[in-house]
Amino acid sequence: MLSKTEKELIVQIWEKLLPVAEDIGSEALLRMFITFPKTKTYFNHLDIGPGSQHLRCHGKKIIEALAEGARNISTLTTTLAHLSRFHAYQLRIHPTNFKLFNHCILVTLACKMGDHFTPAAHAAIDKFLSAFSAVLAEKFR
Amino acid sequence: MVEWTEFERATIQNLFSKMDYDTVGQQSLARCLIVYPWTQRYFGNFGNLYNAAAIMGNPNVAAHGKVVLHGLDRAVKNMDDIKATYAELSVLHSEKLKVDPDNFRLLADCMTVVVAAQQGAAFTPDVQAALQKFLSVVVSALGRQYH
Repeated sequence: MLSKTEKELIVQIWEKLLPVAEDIGSEALLRMFITFPKTKTYFNHLDIGPGSQHLRCHGKKIIEALAEGARNISTLTTTLAHLSRFHAYQLRIHPTNFKLFNHCILVTLACKMGDHFTPAAHAAIDKFLSAFSAVLAEKFR
Repeated sequence: MVEWTEFERATIQNLFSKMDYDTVGQQSLARCLIVYPWTQRYFGNFGNLYNAAAIMGNPNVAAHGKVVLHGLDRAVKNMDDIKATYAELSVLHSEKLKVDPDNFRLLADCMTVVVAAQQGAAFTPDVQAALQKFLSVVVSALGRQYH
């Protein structure tokens, strides 16, 4: 469960990430593709080389969706309904991949934020990302 | 190198020598598509996968289940070098078929359930452990060539 403080922390952090959404998103994706090569199997339709425009664009989309979720934490199910359907019926990624990507987001944040990525921030973001992925995976079956 | 006990070797040989590959193959793949619907993403050209009944009756699923089980046979006959046995198949699954290897685990789990249902009480915990160890070695070998 997210405490009031954690919800505020999450909103704060995500507002700061929005302006650099492309950087954060593309880095998290790239980290995932290199650390967990099997995740590349879902991206035949994109050029996911380092620095590629597709990677930056896709990364930005994801961070913006996460920011939207952060602003509506109490209503994640309704806010993400469309994305939830999309992931279940069209993308159909294996659900373990959510954890892999979330981990890479945390690593990216740690690299960028250094000491500011405190244990409290880490815990709050991890909880948020888990809740977000759970909603995305809700309609899988 | 994977170490197999005498019991494990004997159990695997025994299980597979008595197995109806065609039925187990069809049932395992069908279950996988039904229980884990996202795995259907790889079978867009298989026709009607709309519901469980359709999947169970789908001839493409049956045919492919057979192919998979007969592929498993190679590991049964080469238990001491499963890694090398599947090197080529691993490349095929990663580079051509682009299958997320986490899905192999799901198919292996479904196969275990199918075999359990068939064997009943004979599928003791020890037998289950041997089969699951064998399948996990296969799954690992298939997942090796993803770069």
